[in-house]
Amino acid sequence: MKETRNWTWHIVAGAFIFVFLGLHMIVMHLDDVVGLFTSGVGATDWESVLGRSRMSFFAVTYVLLLGAALYHGLFGLRSILFESNVGRAWQKAINVLFWLGGLCLFAVGVFQAVTTFLHANAAVG
Amino acid sequence: MVERKRYDNRLGFWGWLGGGRWGFERYVYTLHRVTGLGLLGYFLLHILLTTSRAFGEPAWTAWMDRVSGPVFRYVFEPLVFAAFVIHGMNGIRLILVELGFAVGKPEDPVYPYRTSLNKQRPLLVAVMIAAGVVLAIGGVDFFGMGH
Repeated sequence: MKETRNWTWHIVAGAFIFVFLGLHMIVMHLDDVVGLFTSGVGATDWESVLGRSRMSFFAVTYVLLLGAALYHGLFGLRSILFESNVGRAWQKAINVLFWLGGLCLFAVGVFQAVTTFLHANAAVG
Repeated sequence: MVERKRYDNRLGFWGWLGGGRWGFERYVYTLHRVTGLGLLGYFLLHILLTTSRAFGEPAWTAWMDRVSGPVFRYVFEPLVFAAFVIHGMNGIRLILVELGFAVGKPEDPVYPYRTSLNKQRPLLVAVMIAAGVVLAIGGVDFFGMGH
């Protein structure tokens, strides 16, 4: 039952990622063709980065996307590793390692999203 | 009695490359996993790299300068984009199939037997064509438009 629930979350996270990572890809990698949220310059130029960072929409969706992508990616890798018939002890170690690693990376990502959001809005105000 | 060639049921990761009379779907499965692993590796680095924006413009610009060379621009970035498009669009197909769409209705097993894969294949082909179109648009951005 627990694995079914985990798998369901994996699918839900995948659908969410498809929509919001799709938006991220359009903004960041199709900037010459589409030119969304780029302040008229390149998508990775500081002016564009700052412009997006001060928008609540990007701050919130960035954190949600971060969590969804970490869960989806790490659960996918976990599934691949478990398929290779690792023993119970290894399974437990993988679970602990992935949870700890995932939470650390999530904390790093949230830190940068919140910090940049606050700095960007302070610069305007 | 006809001697049948049997395959080890535990081919492991080598089984991703081939293991008998596998259909097109099996290789799409391999592609889905390879692109997924590639995206995960990139994503973990991406989180750490983009943290530089929290430390202001100099830190951000310094990192961007390191990853804006031709190898990144013309090899890694297009690969990441292609991996996302293939993995994402095939993922949507997998979700649809998981939820019971495009698999056809149950039917009596009448010879010549048809598997569910026969019903699913048009969706797979449509998804791959759509992915090809998006990749072409991406190609215009990466390799055209003044680059």
